Amino acid sequence: MAEFWSSYGLPLALIVAQSVALLVTLLIVVAFLLYADRKVWAAVQMRRGPNVVGPWGLWQSFADLLKFVFKEPVIPAGANKGIFLLAPLVTAGLALSAWAVMPVANGWQVANINVGILFIFAISSLQVYGVIMAGWASNSKYAFLAALRSAAQMVSYEVSIGFVIITVLLCAGSLNLGSIVVAQDSSFGLFGWYWLPLFPMFVVFFISALAETNRPPFDLLEAESELVAGFMVEYSSTPYMLFMLGEYVAIVLMCGLGTVLFLGGWLPPFPVAPFTWIPGVLWFVLKVCFLFFLIAMVKAMVPRYRYDQLMRLGWKVFLPLSLASVVIVAAVLQLWQHRG
Amino acid sequence: MLSALFFYLFAILCVGAAFMVISVKNPVHAVLFLILAFFNAAGLFVLLGAEFLAMILVVVYVGAVLVLFLFVVMMLDVDFAVLRAGFLKYLPIGATIGILLLVELIFIVGAWITAPDIVAQAPTPPASDVTNTEALGLILYTRYVYLFEAAGLILLVAMIGAIVLTLQHKRDVRRQSVAAQVGRTREMAVEVVEVESGRGLS
Repeated sequence: MAEFWSSYGLPLALIVAQSVALLVTLLIVVAFLLYADRKVWAAVQMRRGPNVVGPWGLWQSFADLLKFVFKEPVIPAGANKGIFLLAPLVTAGLALSAWAVMPVANGWQVANINVGILFIFAISSLQVYGVIMAGWASNSKYAFLAALRSAAQMVSYEVSIGFVIITVLLCAGSLNLGSIVVAQDSSFGLFGWYWLPLFPMFVVFFISALAETNRPPFDLLEAESELVAGFMVEYSSTPYMLFMLGEYVAIVLMCGLGTVLFLGGWLPPFPVAPFTWIPGVLWFVLKVCFLFFLIAMVKAMVPRYRYDQLMRLGWKVFLPLSLASVVIVAAVLQLWQHRG
Repeated sequence: MLSALFFYLFAILCVGAAFMVISVKNPVHAVLFLILAFFNAAGLFVLLGAEFLAMILVVVYVGAVLVLFLFVVMMLDVDFAVLRAGFLKYLPIGATIGILLLVELIFIVGAWITAPDIVAQAPTPPASDVTNTEALGLILYTRYVYLFEAAGLILLVAMIGAIVLTLQHKRDVRRQSVAAQVGRTREMAVEVVEVESGRGLS
């Protein structure tokens, strides 16, 4: 029995403790990023944004949380009840589970698996189910139209994200997220990260991440001018909050993935003394915040795409571009190996 | 011990979900149970140490193929009572195929017992030497490269075939030329006109 505890019990307790610590931190960070998102949006539009709850409105997200939790969840009479309630759980649960493999600092990850990047890719390809299930189970035509739109949109942009990931994998030579970060470690610091040599792919990844997480300008599945609120139109209270949570966690996940793939994860921008003193987790958080700021600015500045334009961009621009880059990067790497 | 526990959990859930796929009334529920079955199959792959296959199973089947399934099933108004009417008529055919598959499975699994030396010669390097992504790549792109490329070509032909069957190029439909839209200048689009009062443009 003692052996059982030392070989299974203790590791299990450790994993549970790590997961809880990660989840709590993540949720608090998401609460403040939500606030930051609204503040950035407001600043661009010369409004004040949330400024009532707490100092500078900092507790706004927590007030929203309480409001959502204490409202009554309404389930439409014609809805398919089980799937209707399962959909927000799937959305939030999937978005949170992908963080299990994210290396926030050297060795700081709950599960260090060999195929970490594939795990995140698999999870993000499942995100579409939350939307489809919600749209179908709501038994409402707006929700259903949004679900159909999102299914096509997310499947389309998955393809280019997949190719972008492959180009990075070719350069790093590993599917392990930690190894990908280590592969970017060089004496050039900031200029050795993959954003510079793979800059076109970084742009493709950023835009595809917007489309994949249904952020403006690609938020066609909740385009309020056409579909009221899209697939979420029938949701209220806690289920609605779970959708919001899942959406923002997925956005932060995409920022984290971009950080790991292109911005050198936990590495300091210059590998010299004052920068290397700062712990890696801070660099990771700073980079994620930077990417999130870019995403928030895109929301504030760019008008919404039309659906056919979105499809054209995905299939006729990004797919050939990313496919060509896979071939070019592979060829360059092969030639490099033959020379050196 | 723990892995055996998880094996039985995944296996029971997988078989149960697969049974539900063919027994539930609502086709959308059937597809959702199929997703659950695939997930548990992926879990079984992870237990075998084939994590690459597990992830690819989820990405390809759950992330892409079943999305299209769900898409189609939701759009069609399938009446399952009509589909179910021929159950007894097709039972002999279905049972024959099922028994054939079972016999084949028994042959394969039986090889472990009757000829363990042949199974041991399988060209897989031990899992401790290379990650299974590498091991798969080493076999797929060397020994089986022609078969692999042929499979790719077959899929390409199938894709082109599907496009050819569904593409209808209508002549009299207004199409957008993005180049023309972007190339538009102010002079081409805006005209400043002096309008005499009470007349209007005509």
